[in-house]
Amino acid sequence: MNKQKSYSSSSLKKLLWVALGVLVSGSAFAKSSLNMTQGVTEFSKIAYDLHMIVLWICVVIGVLVFGAMIYSMFAHRKSKGVTAAQFSHSTTAEIIWTVIPIVILIIIAFPSTTALIKMEAPTDADGKSITMDMTIKVTGFQWKWKYDYLDEGISFLSTLKSDSNIARQIGSGINPTTVENYLLDVDHPLVIPVDTNIRILLTANDVIHSWWVPEFGWKRDAIPGFVNEAWTNVKKVGTYRGQCAELCGKDHGFMPIVVNVVSKADYANWVKSQKGEQEVAEVKNNTQWSKAELMSKGEEVYNSQCATCHQATGKGMPPAFPALDGSAVVNGPLDEQIKTVVFGRAGTAMTAFGSILSESDIAAAITYTRNAWGNTAKDAAQPKDVKKIKNS
Amino acid sequence: MSHADTHSHDYDHDHKPKGFVKRWLMTTNHKDIGTLYLIFSLAMFIFGGALAMIIRLELFQPGLQFVQPDFFNQLTTMHALIMVFGAVMPAFVGFANWMIPIMIGAPDMALPRMNNWSFWILPFAFTMLASTFLMDGGAPAAGWTLYPPLVLQGGHNLAFAVFAIHMLGISSIMGAINVIATIMNMRAPNMGYLKMPLFVWTWLITAFLLIAVMPVFAGAVTMLLTDHYFGTSFFDAAGGGDPVLFQHIFWFFGHPEVYIMILPSFGIISEIIPTFARKPLFGYVSMVYATAGIAFLSFIVWAHHMFSVGMPLGGELFFMYATFLISIPTGVKVFNWVSTMWKGAMTFETPMLFAIAFIILFTIGGFSGLMLAIAPADFQYHDTYFVVAHFHYVLVTGAVFAIVGGVYYWIPKWTGNMYSERLGKIHFWWSTISVNVLFFPQHFLGLAGMPRRIPDYSTQFAEFNMWSSIGGFAFGLAQIFFCIIVWRTIKGKGTTKATSRVWEGAKGLEWFIPSPAPHHTFQDGAPVNDGHLAHVSSH
Repeated sequence: MNKQKSYSSSSLKKLLWVALGVLVSGSAFAKSSLNMTQGVTEFSKIAYDLHMIVLWICVVIGVLVFGAMIYSMFAHRKSKGVTAAQFSHSTTAEIIWTVIPIVILIIIAFPSTTALIKMEAPTDADGKSITMDMTIKVTGFQWKWKYDYLDEGISFLSTLKSDSNIARQIGSGINPTTVENYLLDVDHPLVIPVDTNIRILLTANDVIHSWWVPEFGWKRDAIPGFVNEAWTNVKKVGTYRGQCAELCGKDHGFMPIVVNVVSKADYANWVKSQKGEQEVAEVKNNTQWSKAELMSKGEEVYNSQCATCHQATGKGMPPAFPALDGSAVVNGPLDEQIKTVVFGRAGTAMTAFGSILSESDIAAAITYTRNAWGNTAKDAAQPKDVKKIKNS
Repeated sequence: MSHADTHSHDYDHDHKPKGFVKRWLMTTNHKDIGTLYLIFSLAMFIFGGALAMIIRLELFQPGLQFVQPDFFNQLTTMHALIMVFGAVMPAFVGFANWMIPIMIGAPDMALPRMNNWSFWILPFAFTMLASTFLMDGGAPAAGWTLYPPLVLQGGHNLAFAVFAIHMLGISSIMGAINVIATIMNMRAPNMGYLKMPLFVWTWLITAFLLIAVMPVFAGAVTMLLTDHYFGTSFFDAAGGGDPVLFQHIFWFFGHPEVYIMILPSFGIISEIIPTFARKPLFGYVSMVYATAGIAFLSFIVWAHHMFSVGMPLGGELFFMYATFLISIPTGVKVFNWVSTMWKGAMTFETPMLFAIAFIILFTIGGFSGLMLAIAPADFQYHDTYFVVAHFHYVLVTGAVFAIVGGVYYWIPKWTGNMYSERLGKIHFWWSTISVNVLFFPQHFLGLAGMPRRIPDYSTQFAEFNMWSSIGGFAFGLAQIFFCIIVWRTIKGKGTTKATSRVWEGAKGLEWFIPSPAPHHTFQDGAPVNDGHLAHVSSH
């Protein structure tokens, strides 16, 4: 299912009527494009049902209270020649409208409590806590996600797809409506099997992020230094899209989440291909690269990982994000630059990339920066140089 | 000047200090200080509103057109800080200064020199806060909630924001002490606690909330300051701290803070409705208890702002149930207002129109608040535009509408001139229609999955954002129009002279002194006759 439904077909006039209808009655909430998604998990259905129950309770109360008020505004106006009554209290009435809300709240509290227990302490029909089939660790970075499949040893980064990233720049001249899944597509989506209990561990590397796919029915904060736990079991194969939900700095709006839910057989194949790719990457880490190879790979890595802050032009966004073009570090000794990239800079937004990117990617990106724009270092970093610093 | 209602009092000797500095800078007069607060608040409202206009301009269509993402975050952060601390809170202190002494028959506030100080801190605090826009790296950009670790990445604007908050806190606490001291010590004879107008009651309770929570906020931001500059690790897990601890402290302040912004609104609405219904306020005593009940509950619901941080089940259940409870006293208030209108003889002058819009639109904000309280559903709503819609319904069509209604209600008393009813009504309809075009579609955006605090969005959100922006520009313009109405009323352009009573159905001591209210009132004590009061007349 594609969340990227466009309602460009609906005319403005229709929208106006829908909005007007909602203002009056609230009933248009039931239309899917205006309402919370029912989603594809047990949680999302629970959240949707509770949302609808409470919404309708509010609508009924609203109609009664506002109805009484509007009636009064027409019937009890001075221009009709009425004289104001002078009553100022009624114990019976006050008891009634204190007790009725209490009863309504108790009625709402029951399903809410059951739902919350189901989400936070999942049990099966016999009341036994259910077992998780696999675990994925989600780590939030400024401004990308890292996924670690703890059982398979697979690990990769997921960042905003480059066509969206180019189109979103001020003055890009690209109309966002021409970009497929604008701002909601990534280079490497998370892939999970359908009908599987998946434990999701969440943490962050720098600031607080929040991992949210509306179709799964929940969001949970990814907090640096802490590990949060959530779980899901998706019932339907498909592609589901979400976004970071906790303000995490300048590119908070540009770190989407894409989850491909596939059949169990497809998942097994995907795992196999990923492991093959990781072996290839390992080989790359152990070979000597030519400078041309480093430069072309480096440009690719730089644009996907570094350019959000340091900019494709290398000019950065001082003072928070320094320029690399003409930088003393980039034009200085190679080992110092490798150290900065591998270990990050404490107290700044500069991430420690040593645990995120492969040695060959780091070497390539560094080589690129030392030879791009007006930089004159002219040398090249090899994966083994990075490994040496990493292990030092 | 009419002396018909002034009994034996002689208001001829105004003794207004001569010269701008003596009159305004050195003033200890509660009315002048009230005026200063209100003018300051209006200026901040326009400034904060201008920031919101840039936000809505950027969000008018998908793609980035005008501002960089980092500046966008500065705009949302500063918009909130300025509206909360610069516009809404000072407006209520302005009302308190002007009206509380008159309403309880006191000659002035209990602590007039402190009163002067608590106002004159504010312009300096906000100059300091706003100056961060001109700094390297810009203004704070981590949201008004100032969550670490993000806020600690922000550079030196943090220090400016923290010191500004300290100053605002000092100002608020002094203002609150003054309100409490005035109400407790300076009521006229025969003005018992349960004869006080509801506006006075709501402010008394608000003042206690301020004293309780502003120091908590000051403590929280001071810990940010030491984490940033002095190597402490209150909120850094690497040093044994906890970033979520800040959220707990912040919202322990933050939730009472939202009631600080709404309780005085309840008070204003409770003054306006009986006047134009020509009928005593229904359930006065239960209104007082409901206000106190809301204030108490505000201290035990804070973590409903944090359902997604990963609390234990027991914690989530507690904060969900506690939040449910708030709807009971709030419901009592709404039912009482409607009952006050019931079988009255209503007229619909501008203050009444704003009060009625307040009741309906604030209640809509209350409904979405109840929805947000349901923790399992909040896992979906949290940090989306649904929340943005919710708190703008309670704060704009709630607090701001009450303030604007209150201005129309009392400005004839303040200036001696009757505002133009025709312009007032235009302002009302213009504001009410545009504010709903502005905020109602945001419910749908949130439900459809648009996170808050993003400068650009996926194309599926385009239509409703455009609606919202159009509503926003119209609402912004309407408030410029409001400034013109206020200016014309002060200057007496196109207005008529106000009588001392102003409104046919008005009760309360403020309507027994001339309009404009003389510089000094009730210097020899006020004669309080039960028949003068709105809620004790029919017992």
